[in-house]
Amino acid sequence: MAGEGVDYRPMWAELGLDLPMHDALLEAVGGMYGQTFMTQANRPEGMGYLDFVMSEVHGLRIKELDDFRKSGGKVVGTYCLYVPEELIRAAGAWSVGICAGAEWAYDQVEQILPRNTCALIKSMMGFKLGKVCPYLEEADLLVGETTCDGKKKAYEELGKLQNMYVMELPQMKRAKDVAFWRSELVDLIAKLEALTGKKVTAESLKASIKEVNDKRRALQRVNAARAADPAPISGLDSLLAVQVAFYDDVPRFTQMMNALADELEARVADGVGVAPTGAKRVLITGTPMALPNWKLHQIVETAGGVVVGEEMCTGSRYFEKLVNEDASTLDEMLDDLAAKYLDINCACFTPNEGRLDDVVRMARNLKADGVIDYSLQFCGTYQIESTAVQKTVHDAGLPVLSIDTDYSAEDVGQLSTRVEAFLEML
Amino acid sequence: MRVLGLDIGSRSVDAVWLDDGRIVDWAVADSGFDPGSAAAIFVDRGAHDAIVSTGYGRHAARERFGGTAITEITAYGIGAAALHPDVASVLDIGGQDTKVISLGSAGKVTDFEMNDKCAAGTGKFLEVMARALGFTLEEMAAAALAAKSGVVISSMCTVFAESEVTGLVHRGEDRGRIARGLHESIVTRTLGSLRRIGAKGPLVFAGGVAKNPAMVELVAKGFDGAVLVPAEAQTVGAFGAALCAARSEA
Ligand code: SF4
Ligand code: SF4
Repeated sequence: MAGEGVDYRPMWAELGLDLPMHDALLEAVGGMYGQTFMTQANRPEGMGYLDFVMSEVHGLRIKELDDFRKSGGKVVGTYCLYVPEELIRAAGAWSVGICAGAEWAYDQVEQILPRNTCALIKSMMGFKLGKVCPYLEEADLLVGETTCDGKKKAYEELGKLQNMYVMELPQMKRAKDVAFWRSELVDLIAKLEALTGKKVTAESLKASIKEVNDKRRALQRVNAARAADPAPISGLDSLLAVQVAFYDDVPRFTQMMNALADELEARVADGVGVAPTGAKRVLITGTPMALPNWKLHQIVETAGGVVVGEEMCTGSRYFEKLVNEDASTLDEMLDDLAAKYLDINCACFTPNEGRLDDVVRMARNLKADGVIDYSLQFCGTYQIESTAVQKTVHDAGLPVLSIDTDYSAEDVGQLSTRVEAFLEML
Repeated sequence: MRVLGLDIGSRSVDAVWLDDGRIVDWAVADSGFDPGSAAAIFVDRGAHDAIVSTGYGRHAARERFGGTAITEITAYGIGAAALHPDVASVLDIGGQDTKVISLGSAGKVTDFEMNDKCAAGTGKFLEVMARALGFTLEEMAAAALAAKSGVVISSMCTVFAESEVTGLVHRGEDRGRIARGLHESIVTRTLGSLRRIGAKGPLVFAGGVAKNPAMVELVAKGFDGAVLVPAEAQTVGAFGAALCAARSEA
């Protein structure tokens, strides 16, 4: 997926990537992208932007990061929704969400981590050990968080290989937890200021809160259009939009997503869709799907269903809630940030009933015919919560299918059978 | 009007022909390494007006022979409901997977569960265990029925259970009790799946493993409701597919 005519190899070599392996990765992802995305019928034209971004995922965007750093800028890599992009930007740095959505260098990973570690964590280590992710190599600092035990402990290993800072995330959401989380935000600011040499001011933070909110608003518009029947955009394309949101240039991405939303709204008005009216509509809930994990969406949509929403970190949890924009002092903004971020409903928290309400509310709003509960194997938090999710959905009168899988293609045949049977049942 | 239902599974290819809704013929062949060709022989057997394929080879079959494809889940639901109109659930234990299905009215699937990740608790599992015990499948089932109680087998993984069984044999444990324990452990798991989907009786027990009398007896003992085993338990899926073909033509 390298850009036409531009040779990025010197840049990749300078970053220390393993060039032959990196070529193999790009070829694999490029092939997958072509088969998964370009074969879809009647895509919105606005997807052209995301196709372009994806074709330049290790090219132009890396060049932008590279140029930014060469002019003194700093890049901060994150792995979880809880690490506030607003603070990173307010300190003058750029934030990139590092993907961990493909099986890579597991042979090396398994020398460090147990085999029964979730695919996300293994992939996170695999991209580092295999030296194939230019985003990681562009990151001056990685910010982790104490969400699940697997990630928490894996960060200790990752921290041996790269400059890493870990935030302590509470596991409950009481007032004292919010206060504690706020103090963690203050510490992060100090860390970021030391990195960039720039102060986080009321002005810079206000601007970044607005900017990131605008990005979320654009994604909200794109996703609201999916409530229409026929759905104006596929689940695959909507998922991709959120995946790209984690690393693309913020104002540009926002502008392009608003343009896409304009198109989708027009499609809805004209009754234009990507699947026939009446196609079975599915809401997916569960663990995040990091780039390039498109497995379940592809299975559902190949089987004739359409995914109309994702209650996950690469979905509604990323864009649904905004940070209050009315604050004028830094103190108030930190209060607002702490409150908004602890309001994300992740299974690492206990209790996490908000998520159950979210699933039912989204299923209703998006007119889903059924819900698929998706967990990565060995992800204790989501797998255990699955029981409650299934019961809640069931009690709300909707069919639910629970799926446990990883990034490999091994079980695609079996999963397809289950998904097809589920769609036939709806 | 003559229609054909094909069930292309991992172990066997089953075919059922209907004429005006009545079964006129059925056949079963080994899947071998080329299930498509095994199915082609059935397809070429005579003219038909419609064809519906099911089983893991359904998509390949649809591409090769035309018609439509439905999953085994839906096919078993339709097939079982036609055989026993008051059926409320289906258990299908095949060579390599297990399915439990809850049915609403007219064989409509309301919930299901599939174990398709490994051979645990399937026909394959029983084959491997019979070999480890030095029994044929028939002998193992008979020994299990004859034994008064079973040894507790803790592993469901085929590989681990096999070494567990070998260990028990070496320690001089009675082979009949081991055989019974193996059947009991599969049945306990299966009953758990049935409970999870809220399966009610009558239950149609289909698939190759329904031919095993020890399994039938233990399922009947543990399940709260009537358990019915169709005469040709293996062809319920193909029958369901054929009915689906007949309905789409009607
Ligand atoms: S699922 Fe939880 S731990 Fe994972 S990215 Fe989302 S918020 Fe973070
Ligand atoms: S998927 Fe589960 S186990 Fe994996 S990183 Fe996220 S919370 Fe942790």
